[in-house]
Amino acid sequence: MKIETYEKAYLALGGVTLTAALLVLLYTSVGMDLHLPTRVAEVDPATVRTTPPFDQPGLRQTGPGQYEAVMLGQAWAFLPQEIRVPVGAEVTFVATSPDVIHGLLVAGTRVNLMLIPGQVSRQTYTFRRPGEYAIICHEYCGLGHQGMVGRVIVE
Amino acid sequence: MSAATVYDPAGFALPDAQKRFLRWTIYIGYGALVAGIFHGLANALSFANINILPYFPRLRGYYQGLTAHGVANVLVFTFAFSNGFLPLMTARALSRPLVSWLVYATFGALLLGNILVVYAIVTNQASVLFTAYAPLQAHWTFYTGLVLVVVSTWLALGNMLTVLGRWKRDHRGERIPLLAYISVVSYVMWALASLPIAVDFLGLLIPWSLGAFGGLVDPLLTRTLFWFTGHAIVYAWLLPAYVSWYALVPRQAGGVLVSDPLTRVVFILFLLLSIPTGFHHQYTDPGISEQMKAFHGVLTFGVFFPSLATAFSVVAALEIGGRRRGGRGLLGWVVRLPWGDPSLVAQMLAMVVFVFGGITGLINASFTMNQIIHNTTWVPGHFHMTVGTAVALTFVGVAYWMIPYLTGRALWGRRVALASSWLYTIGVLIFARGMISAGLQGMPRRTFQVQAGYRSPEWELGGALTGIGGTIMFIGILLFFVVMGMTLLVGKKGAEPKDIPVTRTITAPSLTGWQPHLDRIGLWVIAAIALVLIAYMPFFLTYAPRFISPGFKLF
Repeated sequence: MKIETYEKAYLALGGVTLTAALLVLLYTSVGMDLHLPTRVAEVDPATVRTTPPFDQPGLRQTGPGQYEAVMLGQAWAFLPQEIRVPVGAEVTFVATSPDVIHGLLVAGTRVNLMLIPGQVSRQTYTFRRPGEYAIICHEYCGLGHQGMVGRVIVE
Repeated sequence: MSAATVYDPAGFALPDAQKRFLRWTIYIGYGALVAGIFHGLANALSFANINILPYFPRLRGYYQGLTAHGVANVLVFTFAFSNGFLPLMTARALSRPLVSWLVYATFGALLLGNILVVYAIVTNQASVLFTAYAPLQAHWTFYTGLVLVVVSTWLALGNMLTVLGRWKRDHRGERIPLLAYISVVSYVMWALASLPIAVDFLGLLIPWSLGAFGGLVDPLLTRTLFWFTGHAIVYAWLLPAYVSWYALVPRQAGGVLVSDPLTRVVFILFLLLSIPTGFHHQYTDPGISEQMKAFHGVLTFGVFFPSLATAFSVVAALEIGGRRRGGRGLLGWVVRLPWGDPSLVAQMLAMVVFVFGGITGLINASFTMNQIIHNTTWVPGHFHMTVGTAVALTFVGVAYWMIPYLTGRALWGRRVALASSWLYTIGVLIFARGMISAGLQGMPRRTFQVQAGYRSPEWELGGALTGIGGTIMFIGILLFFVVMGMTLLVGKKGAEPKDIPVTRTITAPSLTGWQPHLDRIGLWVIAAIALVLIAYMPFFLTYAPRFISPGFKLF
């Protein structure tokens, strides 16, 4: 019957499309070196404020054009509140939370991290456009959640 | 060779007492739908920088209201509907009454659960949103109430399985009628999927909220258990809608369903693939390896496949209906579909919106692309087109025949009902367009934008569309409520549909070959468990639980 032929062709086309999309994703990950956060390290949220490197949140240069931004997201602020880097800087965000779950989104970039108490989040991003980027907490963390904001200044 | 999807197409009526309790169970759902949309409106308007919360009589807190909206509309509405709808479908398909005490117990557990949850939310002891991420800590009544809602779904499944077991005992060697099969498999999938969240709530969050474990909790573990259930839960909401699309909608459109075996295969694929996909909600989480996330990503693409098959089957059934009604040419059949039937129209509009919901969902699952949109308003833009329309508008459409069927009162206000569905659809498309575009520009979800310490001018258009679309959706659902209320009050007695819309299939189920194996649901459950273990064991074997976080009540 005709409809069964259509059905098979449609499902085959669907399967091929899904597989093709997966291959593109594989390429973005392996070929373009874009990665998701992974298991990095554990900390104790009770003592994290006195545990290196989180005892001194801030920006450190780790190489030519390379920086590490150690950050704490806590109710309801980021420490540090502001980061200044030159255009083209490759910044590795290393962050965690001492209290509840927070988010760390650098608006307009693919820096998008959950900050979970006890876990260290890490993501690297190269800032190629100059300007001011908001660092937004994008996970509900209590009454003051909407005020939790920092910024990255690329100059 | 066409075949029935129920055991006895001639008809079957449930005992009145069972009908009454199923009706009340479903009323809790529609009640929750209406209760939740006021905060839905407030949320939508807040993205347009308008704050109407000060005018509310109670629950003026934004996050308190967002919790109420989420719990009422995605947890209570969906499961209350399914607790009534799926047992009703099973009983009708098998021409057997349900087990009365289980019908009452399902209703009782749901009601008690709701009382506890409403208490916790209204007294502002549970403004943790429906995801309830620890270490934000809610009152024990919140967690316990939600557990009772889940228990009510188990009781409903127990009822369906008992009835099915009795039917099989009397009909050895026969295939399970399709409508019963897909109804049961839907809730079997959910029962399996609900186990991690049961462990999470019963084993961790409830004791913790009562002071156990030294008052400490493991945030990553509880979050992972939540999402272990949390993706399959969306299929638990969706599959009852699919039951209607496969087994009832073809009849309503004057068509037939093409294939019995393909329909069963689709539901088995959902049973197998819905659960081992949860890490795609945790792509941006620390503490979970990238390889495991990738594996879940591939399986999430896999679970898209049965939905593709569904699109084909359902549209084919509609086309057959349209052609039987005189439709000609490539698209002429669309025009000839019964566009005056509010039940069918609501569900067809739900399907149209679901196309966009499905595509945006695939983007969510797309690994690196997810980093652009995770926790932005893109995500609620997406799920208001899936659970918020494909599911909700289907449940609305089903109400237009099911409430008359269960109450004996004919539907009041056919035109109002049609207007409700069209308004809602137009509204949600505007709303989702706003949320999705603003989300791509980085507007965070779950954030009280009116008081935000930041606001990008780029978000103004998206925020305004969100507010406009949300308002239209709100009016649409209010009209639905008017139709339901008037039907119950003044609907004409005795003019109701006397049976559910029963579809036939072109390809009948086979008694030989591989097909009868599809009916061995228990074996498929074992296969599903095996796949779940493969997908989740690498995490649980390498993660030692750490009770490290005290509870925080920051609301």
